[in-house]
Amino acid sequence: MKILVCISRTPDTTAKIAFSDNNSKFADAGVQWIINPFDEWYSLVRAIEFKEADPSTTIHLITVGGVDVEPIIRKALALGGDEAIRIHAEPLESYQVAAHIASVAHSGGYDLIFTGKETIDFNGGAVGGMLAELLDIPFIPLATSIQVNGNTATIKREIEGGEETVEVPLPLVISSQKGVAEARIPNMRGIMAARTKPLKVVEPSKEEAMTVFKAFELPPPKAGVHLIASDNAEELVRLLHEEARAI
Amino acid sequence: MSVLIFIDHADGHVKKASHEALSYGAKIAEKNGVIAEALVLGQVQDDLSALGTHGVKKIHQVLHEHLKQFDAQVFTKVMVQVAKQTGATTIVFSNTSSGKALAPRVAVQLKAGLVSGATSLPEGDDDVKIKKNVFSGKAFATVTIKTSIKVITLNVNAFPVTHSENKAEVAIFNASVEAPKSKIIASSKTAGKVSLTEADVVVSAGRGMKGPENWTIVEELADSLGAALACSRPVADAHWRPHNEHVGQTGIAIAPNLYIAIGISGAIQHLAGVNRSKVIVVINKDPEAPFFKAADYGIVGDAFEVVPKITEAVKKLKNS
Repeated sequence: MKILVCISRTPDTTAKIAFSDNNSKFADAGVQWIINPFDEWYSLVRAIEFKEADPSTTIHLITVGGVDVEPIIRKALALGGDEAIRIHAEPLESYQVAAHIASVAHSGGYDLIFTGKETIDFNGGAVGGMLAELLDIPFIPLATSIQVNGNTATIKREIEGGEETVEVPLPLVISSQKGVAEARIPNMRGIMAARTKPLKVVEPSKEEAMTVFKAFELPPPKAGVHLIASDNAEELVRLLHEEARAI
Repeated sequence: MSVLIFIDHADGHVKKASHEALSYGAKIAEKNGVIAEALVLGQVQDDLSALGTHGVKKIHQVLHEHLKQFDAQVFTKVMVQVAKQTGATTIVFSNTSSGKALAPRVAVQLKAGLVSGATSLPEGDDDVKIKKNVFSGKAFATVTIKTSIKVITLNVNAFPVTHSENKAEVAIFNASVEAPKSKIIASSKTAGKVSLTEADVVVSAGRGMKGPENWTIVEELADSLGAALACSRPVADAHWRPHNEHVGQTGIAIAPNLYIAIGISGAIQHLAGVNRSKVIVVINKDPEAPFFKAADYGIVGDAFEVVPKITEAVKKLKNS
């Protein structure tokens, strides 16, 4: 089986969110960068599990970004994967990312393409679906469990208020979330091996952005908490009913 | 020119999120002086003409044996036929499990810009501006769509459902429908519980509960409020609660009317997933818990004493 894992670089989950250039850009000075947790904890680890179960499996990692994303792709290679591809572009939106990845995946012969449920910065969750449409193959979002038997994948996915199990023929694109696998920590052997794994740089095709992130803003601060005495639960319920009209 | 809204349904009923999407799409149509139309694929038990209450004028329904189960590729091809024939310039989905599967595909087919997870109505004429959540609820972005056709997925609980006296015209649309490649072989409901992403009220608990055996008081409070249950990441990681209850940056992001957090300190990653809640109540015995800074109401106290008293007070209110 041949697997492609899409890797995105995101600010650390504890990074301070602030904006620069008249609120038009994320202020990334001093920000710690990580592999998007959905890509790392679930997609990549599940791909590695497939290879552990069948060593003939090939895993390629792919990312879209400048030279500064290379430490992240090396970190991903330290967890596992045979080689990595970096498409040298600075995408502005999901469609450009999907189109760049599709141009590589078209001739790649991949059976499974993993994306994360979303990135924790732009929360689009659209790359997987766009990529699948560009490749004309199925896309199953929000997977919580992925099994492959021969040419068929059996995927559990979250739906509103429940879960469904879908059988889909390969090849396909999946977006994964909690449940798919358990996060791992890279070991020293993996970190050493990652240094010499191939990292291919590909020039992008030209893709116009269809949407533009114009401005950012932080949510207005809360007015401050109204504290209620711990022996006065009735007062809390009264306030929620009469003042907040929430119950 | 029209606005086309996708109606999502399960077990024969239109989903709550679709009522929001219909209200939102109809408002866009009204602002632009165009007609709001909707599309439903497959058989629905609900009276579709009643959806006119949200301001939608016409509902296209496609009936075909291949539409009995959801398949994003099959649904996309049908949607694109309807969008082209009706001349839709704005297409609205709700940002749910099916909207997330369909909207990116439809956007690619129609060469349309996509904004996923919108939280406001589009503003402006051509290059419309739309607000969406970014950084998992820690910030908002204003996004413009440059293409003539625009695809928007609306966040759940982000737009109020509107009502009027109107009825919609329902018409069968003849589309060519392919056989699906995927097959849904099983589906399960989280038994008897309220759907977390769609819930108006969510009761959530964390490590402060000390162990999974202590959840009864949390469940009783949720029951009294008709609320969905949620939990923090450490609780899901320790398998005290199922992973589908984990809310936060790396779990599910929610935006209920009321979020009650019990024994959750309020780490930044947790707040990211819940800070779009309209009203936040925090119950924690540590007065220094960071969650109090993000809360509207708070009680500093022992959850094991406070929570049963709240449940009692809620029951009293509901019975009065």
